[in-house]
Amino acid sequence: MKVPGAWYLALAAALFCIGAVGLLVRRNVLVMFMCVELMLNAVNLTFVTFARMLDDIGGQTAVFFVLVVAAAEVVVGLGIIVSIFRRRAGATADDISFLKG
Amino acid sequence: MLQAVWLIPALPLTGFLVLLIAGKRLGDPRAGWLATAMMGAAFLTTVVVFFGLVGRHGEERVFTQTIYTWIASGSFHVDVAFLVDPLSITMALFVTGVGTLIHLYAVGYMHGDEKFPKFFVYLNLFAFSMLMLVLSANFLLTFLGWEGVGACSYFLISFWFDRPTAASAGKKAFITNRIGDFGFMIAMFLIFATVGTLDYVPGLAALGRAPEYTASAIGLLLFLGAAGKSAQLPLYVWLPDAMEGPTPVSALIHAATMVTAGVFLMVRVNPVLAAAPDVGTFIAWVGVLTALFAATIACAQNDIKKVLAYSTISQLGYMFLAVGAGAYSAAIFHMVTHAFFKALLFLGAGSVIHGMHDEQDMKRMGGLRKLLPVTSATFIVGWLAIAGVPPFSGFWSKDDILLNAFDKSPALWAVGLLTALLTAYYMTRQVILVFYGDEKWKTAARPETPAEAHAEPEHEPVAAGAHGGGSPDPAAAHGAHGDFKPHESPRIMTIPLVILAVLAAFGGLLNLPFGGTPLEHWLEPVFGENLRHVTSSGGSKVVFATLAFAAAVFGGLVAAAIYRRHRIAEARVEPRILQRAWLIDELYQKVIAHPGQALSQWLASVFDAKVIDGAVNGVASLVRAGGTRLRVVQSGFVRSYALAVALGAVGILAFALVRSL
Repeated sequence: MKVPGAWYLALAAALFCIGAVGLLVRRNVLVMFMCVELMLNAVNLTFVTFARMLDDIGGQTAVFFVLVVAAAEVVVGLGIIVSIFRRRAGATADDISFLKG
Repeated sequence: MLQAVWLIPALPLTGFLVLLIAGKRLGDPRAGWLATAMMGAAFLTTVVVFFGLVGRHGEERVFTQTIYTWIASGSFHVDVAFLVDPLSITMALFVTGVGTLIHLYAVGYMHGDEKFPKFFVYLNLFAFSMLMLVLSANFLLTFLGWEGVGACSYFLISFWFDRPTAASAGKKAFITNRIGDFGFMIAMFLIFATVGTLDYVPGLAALGRAPEYTASAIGLLLFLGAAGKSAQLPLYVWLPDAMEGPTPVSALIHAATMVTAGVFLMVRVNPVLAAAPDVGTFIAWVGVLTALFAATIACAQNDIKKVLAYSTISQLGYMFLAVGAGAYSAAIFHMVTHAFFKALLFLGAGSVIHGMHDEQDMKRMGGLRKLLPVTSATFIVGWLAIAGVPPFSGFWSKDDILLNAFDKSPALWAVGLLTALLTAYYMTRQVILVFYGDEKWKTAARPETPAEAHAEPEHEPVAAGAHGGGSPDPAAAHGAHGDFKPHESPRIMTIPLVILAVLAAFGGLLNLPFGGTPLEHWLEPVFGENLRHVTSSGGSKVVFATLAFAAAVFGGLVAAAIYRRHRIAEARVEPRILQRAWLIDELYQKVIAHPGQALSQWLASVFDAKVIDGAVNGVASLVRAGGTRLRVVQSGFVRSYALAVALGAVGILAFALVRSL
């Protein structure tokens, strides 16, 4: 059985929305971080789907770049989070507003 | 021989450059000798060129030498080029000739001054600029020389700049001259707009065919420049103050050469004046009124140099009278004789000041005739020349001007004659006060002066060495009065006096009315039909000459009656208003300086504080207020940023969807 491309796209959209809503409503920094990853991967799924539907390798190439950037982002992001938790345990995202103008 | 013309300004320029680099090393007096040698060489070159010009026939006596193209911009083309014609060579001859003598004199006069080499740097630069001015073949190069002599005048007036009066006199001269220069520049713009060239040949001839209103505007603007440079009403105020400079400077720049540049310019542009007859009348009246006005002031001055300064203004007024009357050769004739006798008088005054140990007040002199024999004899020749006593030179040139003035308008002649009377009066007064009468320097009590004057030891009787030019009132340093004896100047100073005295006595030979008027004949090709020809008979000429002589004698006798025989108290003929020069300086102070100051004050305290600072501060507070509003957005909450990003993305998507529908 061949799964139609639209299903994948719908799934990707759903994943993206879950990630976006999660990012907006959760206060735990780690969870927000995971939501960002979810959104990134939703986009990756879209890329792959389109690459297959249009028979174009370009989409898959883009995914590699996204994966690499996401990996780097994870490193930096987790580093920041760890250093924050070292200074103050149990901080939520709203507690960290040092850049208030 | 005419090809050598470029050497004439190049020699003083070389002197200037050498002295600029090595002046200090050459020192006193070798720097002065070098400068004098350069001037002398320039004079000899001028003589050579002069004979080259004499060798040609009347109408061919025009020669242009182009050195290189200075400015080439579209149709605007200016060369560094020299124009050799009878007018420019006449000017160059007396500038270099009198200049050499004054350089020589200055070697003696400035001896011992600590800035001796610098003085000759300026003097040679001045000579270069002046020669560029007179020899140039276009207006712009003349203007270069014009500004050059102005700058040198400024440097030399404020040569002893540690005296506040000298510094401010220099500034006054410079600023007053700027007003005139402004007129000169506008005139040049107009000339270029009218005829498309700044060259004298053929630009001037084309200007002569210009419409009358254009010619009038150009003539008036050029006259504004000339009035500034040649100290005419109302721009004369700088010249009396310019006497703060060393006396050789007063003689060279502020009597013999630079101040005649304005007259030269007006003579040079004679086709313009011919095309605008009303301007000529205006110039004649300004000239004659300046002559009378300055002569009245000269009658009540006590400073030996101030009298000569006002006298210079007065004599320049005569020259402008001649220019306005169209008697250009008479103007040049008077310019040359004036250069002789006024340089002589100034140098004589310098010799007196030198001998009196820097005393300038004539009321503290007297009886110097026996102590300064050469100075007094030559000064008396100068006096006879300027007072208009035949056969001395001043008589002939002044008579020539008055004759032409009468031909133009009898009213001009009457004012000119009155001025001649006053001239004889104030010069006789000066001669009596300085050289005759009681030896007031023996007894005159000096008011206490602060001891800031250079503490000079007693002068040696003949040495020029201790000449303390830099001190404001060095005579005060002599302590008790009458403990010194005025002395004759060294020979290096008296030799130029003697030469100038000979020239002042016989300068009239240049243009004797019954000798075929050689100068007029020589200059005629430059003026052509623009020159006024007086058609009166020989008999009426004699009448005019007799009247002028009678006026001179009368003026002299009145002065002798007052100052020699004391028929009238001196104070009664020297009212305060004349001593203070008709309060013109005070008037300018009130009318121009005070409002200017008030305006500046207002600009500084109100305009600058409110408008300029207000604009700057306004921008700052605007940015600040905007920032205060915008900072609310930066909450620091990551999730609200995320919301904004999300909403933005939704907005963009919605926009894209709506558009694609």
